[in-house]
Amino acid sequence: MHDDRGNAETFEALAMPLLAPLYNFAHWLAGNRDEAEDLVQETYVKALKGFGSFTPGTNFRAWMYRILRNTFLTSRTGLKATVSLDDEENPVTQPAADDDPESLLFARADQEEIRRALEQLPVVHREIILLCDVEEMSYKEIAELAGIPIGTVMSRLSRARSSMRSLLRTKLQGARQ
Amino acid sequence: MTCEWRDKIGAYLDNELSEADDLAMSRHLRTCQDCAMAALGSRKLKVSIKRAASGRFVPSPEFRSRIGKAVAPRSRSLPSWLPGFALAATAIIVVAVGLGLLLRPRQHDVLVEITDLHVSTLASANPVDVISTDRHTVKPWFQGKLPFTFDLPELQNSEFHLIGGRMAYVAQGPGAQLLFGVRKHQISAFVFQEREGFARLGAAPKTSQNLAFNLETWTDRGLRYVVISDASAADVLALAKLLRSAE
Repeated sequence: MHDDRGNAETFEALAMPLLAPLYNFAHWLAGNRDEAEDLVQETYVKALKGFGSFTPGTNFRAWMYRILRNTFLTSRTGLKATVSLDDEENPVTQPAADDDPESLLFARADQEEIRRALEQLPVVHREIILLCDVEEMSYKEIAELAGIPIGTVMSRLSRARSSMRSLLRTKLQGARQ
Repeated sequence: MTCEWRDKIGAYLDNELSEADDLAMSRHLRTCQDCAMAALGSRKLKVSIKRAASGRFVPSPEFRSRIGKAVAPRSRSLPSWLPGFALAATAIIVVAVGLGLLLRPRQHDVLVEITDLHVSTLASANPVDVISTDRHTVKPWFQGKLPFTFDLPELQNSEFHLIGGRMAYVAQGPGAQLLFGVRKHQISAFVFQEREGFARLGAAPKTSQNLAFNLETWTDRGLRYVVISDASAADVLALAKLLRSAE
């Protein structure tokens, strides 16, 4: 009895500081507030129940993100979003040569444009960019939480970034003309 | 033609290159203008994404408190231990009240009441209304709630720590109940205005071991203090001394 309470206290202390970033991540994945709230709530309930199987001293944050991600992938939006996205085997299509150096191009992109481009990315691409650039997770952490090899993390990330670049390029150059 | 280094720019900016590659890349970027421009662009994009997407969506306060309740150690969402806990708490109260009834000498009615308060506080899911280890937070909390004020001791160099406080009522009069911790024990310190009901307890510091609890009581400047706990008599006395020395 005492141990369960101790566990719950530890869980609360570890999990509550992650609420804001997890919710942000969930909202980016699901695309709306209701689903983001459902996802996060389900994540916390599952994590609390399964906290006994969490090894103390290992990466709690990655563990929480993995639960959230799995919850999302089995949700209706998640299932829809991830159909036919295994494009890792296809060659990366190089973006067409452009006049503008990217440094100048992205300097003109405002936050709203970056956000819109991010929203338009397929969910696996959006996800990996968020984990790497926003959550600042290492390739190894991402590989573990997504259950993929590090090589796949790298190729998926590079593909995600070139999609992001071409989306922005189209938007910015289109807007200029 | 694309430089062979180009593919590694992403990993370089993500800090994922080996030490040797990282160094080689830094050197390369000083000499290859194309790669330097590409790295600059990628870096700008990475930073812009972080800025645009981080904290973009914030959980509402209602949602936050919903999650807080769901994971709180004593919430209803933890049914596995709750029945056991409730049972134990009830048992403690029954035993304590029983002891109190058996052992209480008549003139100590008010102490029985205080003992019950202390025991029911420990059994409560929310033992204190103001949770803080800081006396400068706890003391002001009572402002406007009590018709008197009192001082709390500096505990920094003692083995006691403040847990929090709550309002207490004994014989229909309001007072402060302060909860302290010492090792695994909890100690309640009650502060009331001295009234007729307390007078029999005497003004001078008095130690008592009635009611199966250790207890220390005294008056000071019109206030009645009662310190009570299942901790050792020495602990109770030590905290009482600290309280007496508070200014």
